Amino acid sequence: MPEPFIHLAGVQKVYRTRGADFLAVSEATFDIEAGELAALVGPSGCGKTTLLKILAGLHRWDRGEVTIGSRTQLFDPARDIGMVFQQPLLLKWRRIIDNVLLPTEILGLPMTQSRARARELLALVGLRGSEEKFPYELSGGMQQRAAIARALIHDPKLILMDEPFGALDALTREKMNLELLRIWQEARKTIVFVTHGITEAVFLGTRVIVLTAGPARMADNFAVELPHPRTLDMKTGEKFGAYTRRIYRLLGME
Amino acid sequence: MGASSQAVQRYGLAVLSHLALVLAWYLFVKLGDVPKFVMPSPYETIQALLVPNYRWLENIAVTSTEIFAGYIVAVAFGIGVALLFSWFRPLEMVVMPLLVSLNMIPKVALGPLIIVWFKYGVGPNALMAFAICFFPIVLTTARGLREVEPDLLDLVRTLKGSRWQLFTKIQLPGALPYIFSGMKVAAILAVAGAIVGEFLGSDRGLGYLMLQVQVTLDTAAMFMAVILITLIGMVLYGLVLGLERMLVVRDARLQ
Repeated sequence: MPEPFIHLAGVQKVYRTRGADFLAVSEATFDIEAGELAALVGPSGCGKTTLLKILAGLHRWDRGEVTIGSRTQLFDPARDIGMVFQQPLLLKWRRIIDNVLLPTEILGLPMTQSRARARELLALVGLRGSEEKFPYELSGGMQQRAAIARALIHDPKLILMDEPFGALDALTREKMNLELLRIWQEARKTIVFVTHGITEAVFLGTRVIVLTAGPARMADNFAVELPHPRTLDMKTGEKFGAYTRRIYRLLGME
Repeated sequence: MGASSQAVQRYGLAVLSHLALVLAWYLFVKLGDVPKFVMPSPYETIQALLVPNYRWLENIAVTSTEIFAGYIVAVAFGIGVALLFSWFRPLEMVVMPLLVSLNMIPKVALGPLIIVWFKYGVGPNALMAFAICFFPIVLTTARGLREVEPDLLDLVRTLKGSRWQLFTKIQLPGALPYIFSGMKVAAILAVAGAIVGEFLGSDRGLGYLMLQVQVTLDTAAMFMAVILITLIGMVLYGLVLGLERMLVVRDARLQ
């Protein structure tokens, strides 16, 4: 059994507001191997974004154990996290390539090499030719592609995505799912992906972690044994249906 | 139709509407047989420029100095105060409500006080222009500096970025559209401030000239003075607009 890249055991987080405590995360126990694409799925209030922020080092937790990195995969919290949010959050006043370069500027990485890498990444996410454009010249889906390139620019080991396609229309979303799988396979990163889309979670994930709300707790954690590369046909297959039904049942929708 | 021919059409229409106004003015005066002291014709208005006693150039220079000096100091000072607010939040919490209250003072009402404290002349009139355009700049700049997307803040934090990096790369460029919207409002106010200052007490400037020619009922000169004051305001506004075009990407500009 190899050492996992991400290890959580009994993680609990309580938000203290005036008067009442609010349990945001509880009983979160799971391992994610290096190179996995793990989907955290659940309704709003289940604590999936809070968990993501704990992994990002943005939130403290109250109880339990969180470790990222292993002897073979060292992890530097300042260098090894790439973030993608629901909104692309590109800086309006910067050209696309300069938006992609933002993390390298903050980290103080050499600019000439980073620039070349930014061009490669923009090609990888399908934005060749848009390097010198401004964000407003791109559609929402294309802006989100640029945001993915920005998350990859400093070559982090872990990419954290918080409902990255939640603001896109249904068709663009399907397309971006396929794109993300392709990018993930080419870039060979560990990705933790938060979503409330059940089919999205099963379609993308090598592992699905199901969280329930009221009270927040981890309800399930299973590996998705569908072959790669994944195709849209799989969504109508029996195995896929079994996985989604398993999640629907946990969320009390069946 | 190309973008440039569209622009030509737009500017063409703007020029036409201005010319139409002058024509309407001319026809109104001529056909209505309006006496010159009530409303001079466009031609008589231009002729007022030929009266050497009115020292147009000197008066233009004086009024422009008051407007530009008051405005530039207000921009520098206003942005500076807003930056201090953003760096020391407790300061903002104490001083901002005070500024909001002070902003409610009709700045024009301070005119007589300014004269008592600083006599009259270019300096006090520039101070009046400053007083009237300082607040909108502080308020909009402070607001712009506050509006940082929380997720963007998280992004910088995961990279262990410094306060300074956050400020120079995200906060300040993000606030620029707000700063410019405040500067545009202030540009118009600065002109009003300087002229009110001249009305209340001065011995030079276009506002002062207006009071002088009012006595002799030289309405043409008053018209000319108003036109020149407007032109000074347009130059200032145009400069601010030009600077905004240089510094702020189209999509980020506040309308």
